Amino acid sequence: MNDYRGIFADGLWRNNAVFAQMLALCPLMAVTSSATNGLGMGLATTAVLLAANVIISSLRHLIAQEVRIPVFILLIAALVTLADMVINAWLHELYKVLGLFIPLIVANCAVLGRAEAFASRQPVLASAADGLAMGLGLTLAMVVIGACREILGSATLFSQASLLLGDGFAFLETTLIQDYKGFLLMVLPPGGFLVLGFLLAGKRVLEQRRERVKSAAAGPVDSPAH
Amino acid sequence: MIGDWLNKPEIRQSVGYPVALLGGVALLVSAVIGIADALTRADIAQRQLEDLQATLQQVVPTAYFDNDLVRDVVVVRDGERALRVYRARRDGEVRAVSFQVSEPGYGNTAMRIVLGIDRAGELLGVRVVSHSETPGLGDKIEIQRSDWIRSFDGRSLTDPPPAGWAVKRDGGVFDQFTGATITPRAVVNAVRGGLEFFVAHRAELLDESPTQPAPRAEVGMRESQP
Repeated sequence: MNDYRGIFADGLWRNNAVFAQMLALCPLMAVTSSATNGLGMGLATTAVLLAANVIISSLRHLIAQEVRIPVFILLIAALVTLADMVINAWLHELYKVLGLFIPLIVANCAVLGRAEAFASRQPVLASAADGLAMGLGLTLAMVVIGACREILGSATLFSQASLLLGDGFAFLETTLIQDYKGFLLMVLPPGGFLVLGFLLAGKRVLEQRRERVKSAAAGPVDSPAH
Repeated sequence: MIGDWLNKPEIRQSVGYPVALLGGVALLVSAVIGIADALTRADIAQRQLEDLQATLQQVVPTAYFDNDLVRDVVVVRDGERALRVYRARRDGEVRAVSFQVSEPGYGNTAMRIVLGIDRAGELLGVRVVSHSETPGLGDKIEIQRSDWIRSFDGRSLTDPPPAGWAVKRDGGVFDQFTGATITPRAVVNAVRGGLEFFVAHRAELLDESPTQPAPRAEVGMRESQP
């Protein structure tokens, strides 16, 4: 399959790791209390997904079926450990913000899921595209959920973004309502489940409406034949 | 090519192949992580030292020392725990000390708090280094979110008197937050515990001869506590 457009449509929408496959919920609930956290976790996961897909795809002819899952886990865990050490040593400012999230990437089933479902069967370039697309889709989902929870929970958006992205991005930090009392439920994990539930329902509604429009458009064309 | 050799059917279908593969990958991955660890260890240690230095400088003003604060360490046993105490010296004399205490917060997860105390037993500064208190409620103990933690500056075991070392709800002098009493109560307890530790080990901490008597009044006050 060299249909890169299809790969990106899958990763970002049709087969989105969160909204369609319902994977990665553990790190999702844990870190998306703000949009900035969601963005940080999403980007870190994207890097690991991309690297894991490339490595596993290039080894796919060697990996025996019987032990493929342990081999994938070993490779992914090693990548995450490497990322943790390298960021800690040489990108320490970023580590102070992301440090908490990096080990959580191992617990992200989306990475193993892509290794098993895509990278172990597809050529390297397509696997790289899939890793990138799935990672961006995951980042999108995390930022959207983080933004919803942050707006409802503390009436800010992208707070502390300059810590993650550098001072140039301080303009992203917005306070929507001054002296907002806070809606704690949204910041706590139940808020994550609530927001995810409503977003999933919203995606369903959108897709059903699109189906209906499609069948309605197809209808009149069919009728003259009768 | 080794790849072609590995893909020969008689190799590929042997019982040992998956075993050797898994073992080989594990060895390879361990070697890579070992090398990465060797490369990053010194840098990570250096970064952590810098972090520690930055934290200590928040609780001990630079006017108090001209030595290398992070390297002037004395380990003091206090009951079961051993505390690492960093000593701020100016012209060889210890002007202030800094150490970390930990206290279970809300939900019994440890928060780590760093104190800076001058020779007279007055607090120079208090900072919460890590905690897992409820976002939006308990996290007002962070300096980034609220000035509350500064209410300890200049306090000592005699100011306020022992009965006042509590949050207002418990009849003390320190504010609690709306919706969170347990967190500030834990911080107050931790800070008071730190001050008591300082008074009990004053001579040792200040690098004075042990014959010098500890201030009587403060010791007596400790004993009068419930």
